[in-house]
Amino acid sequence: MAEYQLEEIPVGPYRHLVSERAATGETMLLNMGPQHPSTHGVLRLLLELDGEVIVNCIPDIGFLHTGVEKNMESKTYQKAEVMSDRLDYMNPLGNNLAYCMTLEKLVDLDVPPRAQALRVILAELQRLNSHLVWLGTFGLDLAAMSVFLYCFRERERILDIFELCSGQRMMTTYIRPGGLWRDVPVEFESMVRDFLRIMPPRIDEYEALLTKNPLLVDRTVGIGVLHKEDALSYGVTGPMLRASGVDWDLRKARPYSGYEQYDFEVPVRPEGDTFARYMVRVEEMRQSLRIIEQALNSLPLGPVNSDNRKYVPPPRSEIGVSMESLIHHFKLWTEGFQVLDDSVYYAVESPRGELGVLMAGDGSAKPRRVHWRTPAFSNLSCLALITKGHLVADLIAILASVDIVLGDIDR
Amino acid sequence: MDSRLEKIVNVLQEQAGAKFDDFRGDVRVYVPGDKLHDTLLFLRDEHEFQLLALLTAIDYWPEDRPRYHVVYGLKSLTQNLDIQVRVLLPDADPRVPTVTDIFEAANWKERELFDMFGITVDGHPDPRRILMPDDWEGHPLRRDYPLGYEEPQYTFNYKEINSRKPFVKE
Repeated sequence: MAEYQLEEIPVGPYRHLVSERAATGETMLLNMGPQHPSTHGVLRLLLELDGEVIVNCIPDIGFLHTGVEKNMESKTYQKAEVMSDRLDYMNPLGNNLAYCMTLEKLVDLDVPPRAQALRVILAELQRLNSHLVWLGTFGLDLAAMSVFLYCFRERERILDIFELCSGQRMMTTYIRPGGLWRDVPVEFESMVRDFLRIMPPRIDEYEALLTKNPLLVDRTVGIGVLHKEDALSYGVTGPMLRASGVDWDLRKARPYSGYEQYDFEVPVRPEGDTFARYMVRVEEMRQSLRIIEQALNSLPLGPVNSDNRKYVPPPRSEIGVSMESLIHHFKLWTEGFQVLDDSVYYAVESPRGELGVLMAGDGSAKPRRVHWRTPAFSNLSCLALITKGHLVADLIAILASVDIVLGDIDR
Repeated sequence: MDSRLEKIVNVLQEQAGAKFDDFRGDVRVYVPGDKLHDTLLFLRDEHEFQLLALLTAIDYWPEDRPRYHVVYGLKSLTQNLDIQVRVLLPDADPRVPTVTDIFEAANWKERELFDMFGITVDGHPDPRRILMPDDWEGHPLRRDYPLGYEEPQYTFNYKEINSRKPFVKE
């Protein structure tokens, strides 16, 4: 076996980011990641340590940069949507929703009520899915192995529902411009009702395992405090912002897709520490269940796609009997639809915060620019601030509570 | 347009010589680059736009109207309002002043702006690339930056194309 020589990380390129003591060798620069189990993907952290205390933390991102924004510019609008699933891979339907809502705003396309209600159900299931994975890995990082297994057990049920609807477990592309790919199958309702029945006691079970667990409480209360002013200045959104005492949720503040019809609460905690972020997300899971139940009870009947044939392909049954439908079908799947030369911004509430899309058309069937304003990017940028002065072990807990998805950060 | 936004836009028109337009409810204010810092400070301190939600650019190459639009999307949580401030930059030597002293969120986003568009941010505290490797050449999100592709290699031109590839030379 070859003998490896450990190389010291040179201070040079990071001189302006580390303290004076790093140059003299009094503090140590330690590399963490990009291959590290608690960085949830490929995040590299450069730590300046004084013993075990973090003096500075320099996140280094971009290892999962896939150039999605650039790639979208060379695809038609329908094809570009397929890539949106891969950005935040814990929230594919949420990404589809953000993309489609922006496009619908740009071309002024209406969505029928049934599709809106189904979108809400699917987006909330996706939020539960994301929070379950988060809770599982958060527990895992704090050495609570069983929570991880329980969470993934419930997540499987959500993925089964997605598979039933779209044929895919994760990369669904089920929400399409103007509505949905197709209506949900008849088994959908019973499967979601089953899930709604078993889920609340399961959340109680997770809380019984974690919330008053002294091992968890000791490692999270008062750790990684993010104050309200800092959170706003760093552009932090979502559960992290709400755990810092700011009552801001796009589903309440600017209801989209019919969220105004549903009765739910936005959990807010004033503390801003790791424990508050945990509590906010657990409570959000309960609220999501409430939304799903209401949406399912009042699910309207009717079409799931806009009948604007310039943007939405006609159903198969029409193609055989209508010449116009055949032409529309052909034009939409070969050339795509033209979008006017202007830009809009639209944002939805993803499990991590404000997921916005800035979309600029150029008059052709391909976008000029699609920018993804991803929540995890801004949320991670405050990591250096909230880890300062904590131990390396606390960094793991803080990082887990930020809920990063590298596909979302690096795009 | 919202009446509260209208007031703000009127003040900006007088103070900064701004132009504005409104498309599907998005209010865009176009300010000159040297007034950008003051504008954002004014919006944050006097009109409670606490959140810099969006910072990116749109490249209009090959058109020149001017080439780059740098977009600053501000959000007011207390008033539930959105406003977009845009700076128009020419093809040659595009520069914007940094706003990291107003919003910390701008730090990473301005690094991304430089990384992806090659727009220099004057006075940035940490001017490194963020997503691409440090030694990367070019700025990928410019419209004139080609999408990478592999040239098809056949037996008759295998060596010729191999010699053009940067990574095969030993």
